[in-house]
Amino acid sequence: MPDFQRSLPYGSLALIAVIIGAGAAAFAYTAGWFSPQRLTPNKMVAAFAPPGGPDLGHRRNHAKGICFTGTFDSNGAGVELSKAAVFAKGQYPVLGRFNLATASAHADDATVRVRGLGIQFSTPDGQVWRSAMIDAPFFTVSTPKAFYGLLLASRSKDPDAMKTFIAANPEFANFVAWAKSAPWTGSYAEEPYNSLDSFVMTNRDGVEHVVRWSLVPEAKVVPISEDELKKRGPNFLEQEITQRVAAAPQHWTLVVTVADAGDPTADPAKAWPADRRKVEVGTLTVQKIEAERNGPCRDINFDPTVLPTGITTSDDPFPAARSSVYAKSYDLRTAEAKDYPRTAPGAKP
Amino acid sequence: MTPASEHFTPLQRVLHWIMAVCILAMLFIGVGMVSTVMPKYLALVSIHKSLGIAILALALIRLAVRLRYGAPALPMDLPEPMKLAAVLSHYALYALMIAMPLIGWAMMSAADYPIVVFGGWRLPPILPQSDSLHSLLWNSHYYLAFAFFALVLLHIAAALYHALVRRDGVFESMASVSTDHEAVQPAE
Ligand code: HEM
Ligand code: HEM
Ligand code: HEM
Repeated sequence: MPDFQRSLPYGSLALIAVIIGAGAAAFAYTAGWFSPQRLTPNKMVAAFAPPGGPDLGHRRNHAKGICFTGTFDSNGAGVELSKAAVFAKGQYPVLGRFNLATASAHADDATVRVRGLGIQFSTPDGQVWRSAMIDAPFFTVSTPKAFYGLLLASRSKDPDAMKTFIAANPEFANFVAWAKSAPWTGSYAEEPYNSLDSFVMTNRDGVEHVVRWSLVPEAKVVPISEDELKKRGPNFLEQEITQRVAAAPQHWTLVVTVADAGDPTADPAKAWPADRRKVEVGTLTVQKIEAERNGPCRDINFDPTVLPTGITTSDDPFPAARSSVYAKSYDLRTAEAKDYPRTAPGAKP
Repeated sequence: MTPASEHFTPLQRVLHWIMAVCILAMLFIGVGMVSTVMPKYLALVSIHKSLGIAILALALIRLAVRLRYGAPALPMDLPEPMKLAAVLSHYALYALMIAMPLIGWAMMSAADYPIVVFGGWRLPPILPQSDSLHSLLWNSHYYLAFAFFALVLLHIAAALYHALVRRDGVFESMASVSTDHEAVQPAE
């Protein structure tokens, strides 16, 4: 049949094999199969897992939380900074989640130092703005890679792991100092929530500002001792916020802080000087609390890079890293939904 | 369909090569972006979405062009199993060029992610949020991507085999840049 059998074209066949082999190798290299040292979202997600394995069906970090809904009343002052529709004077629906910075969905509330909030603002132009913030005034470490190092060190069996980590990442000592000295409160409603990461706001004239934002509570902050908290039961924060919001809506002011030239915009572990310009852009009102299991926040990924036109990421490397890892966490937890079944009648599959 | 000619029409050839570059880029960007936490992650994901939607549009145009103008006949002496492999693999490539972007779009819809392409154009969700659909689509996008890459490698191997070993004109039917006298040109 084939006439080339008279002399097999070994050269051509070898060339084809080399081309195909090189293509496959380039693909594998791009996928990281030859680079075991590359920091991937998979590795980062795995590093959160507690010794007994992750809580299936739950977020891989900030695993314990409760949903809220409410409104954001924009006062119009933010228009100066950003053309995003959410800053035009008016009222916009919000959806969010109060949470604890722990990988365990069943942690005792009094044992978790850092509390957080995920939020989504929706505007009539169909855009959404998502943000995930915490009550600490600055982040633990300066880079995503260092954060991975922190996760490994905190789970390490080597008794010196933490010491070695702090020596290499001295900024973490500031965080430890904050954790030891900052007062605890007995309510999600008494906490401030800070973006820590910086972003760029662009206004209608194309003028750009690097900013961070915070939700500052209106509720009176009542410091409370750690020992007192431990007596309140494992879920006191969820019970308290449910009762509190049922009794009266709770408010926060959204404050945008504008960086000066030279401020450390790429490092969420460094707070900016206290005298930076602050613009109060509106008020968050939390009106309703719902359990996470069947609640509206459950299936939302509060990815900090989901931004409306008028806000973009800055030179801060965290939002990109967080986006890649939150997506992975979302992929895993949605695939495990059967391990965290809904109970509401007519629940979505 | 027009009578068989030796070459694909110039429009088909242009579409084939532009899309070949785009699809290979997509496959590499896809596996590259999911394996990094660096700032380039955001840029890669953004290109992945925009280029993927562009491929969907081009693939639909290409399908219409293919249905209208057909393809040159394969060489008479090509063994039947090879002919069958060629036809089936081309069906599969068309199916993947159209299915992959649709699955990507549907997968992001099922996760309730906003889908922003070309720097600000917002695509509507094509599915409601659903954990089970998201997982199903995620798995499809993942496994079909690898199947797609394997098929493309096979396709390139076959094309080179025609070009270097059989020298039967099949490669030139797609690769030739000369204007084709025998071919019935598309009405442009
Ligand atoms: C590289 C650094 C970080 C990594 C790897 C990381 C990882 C994660 C993961 C895996 C989740 C669960 C996401 C989901 O399944 O939806 C999460 C949630 C969260 N993270 Fe981070 N995080 C990082 C930095 C930060 C920073 C800097 C902040 C605060 C400003 C923060 C605040 C939060 C909050 C509030 C949530 C809960 C959001 C929600 O309610 O869904 N994270 N994080
Ligand atoms: C020809 C079209 C396309 C090809 C060949 C393609 C290919 C790929 C590949 C190879 C991956 C990496 C899979 C892995 O290793 O995990 C991927 C992931 C992804 N693709 Fe596509 N894709 C296409 C179209 C699209 C479109 C149109 C969208 C969205 C509008 C999209 C959204 C995504 C997303 C979000 C991921 C990451 C999934 C995750 O892990 O969370 N893709 N794609
Ligand atoms: C990555 C992406 C590629 C895709 C998705 C693809 C897809 C296709 C499809 C669907 C056809 C059938 C003709 C049509 O109706 O368009 C075809 C034909 C062809 N392709 Fe590709 N192609 C790719 C890359 C390549 C490369 C890199 C080469 C060269 C090394 C190549 C060489 C050919 C040749 C020679 C034909 C004509 C085959 C025949 O007439 O049976 N293709 N391609």
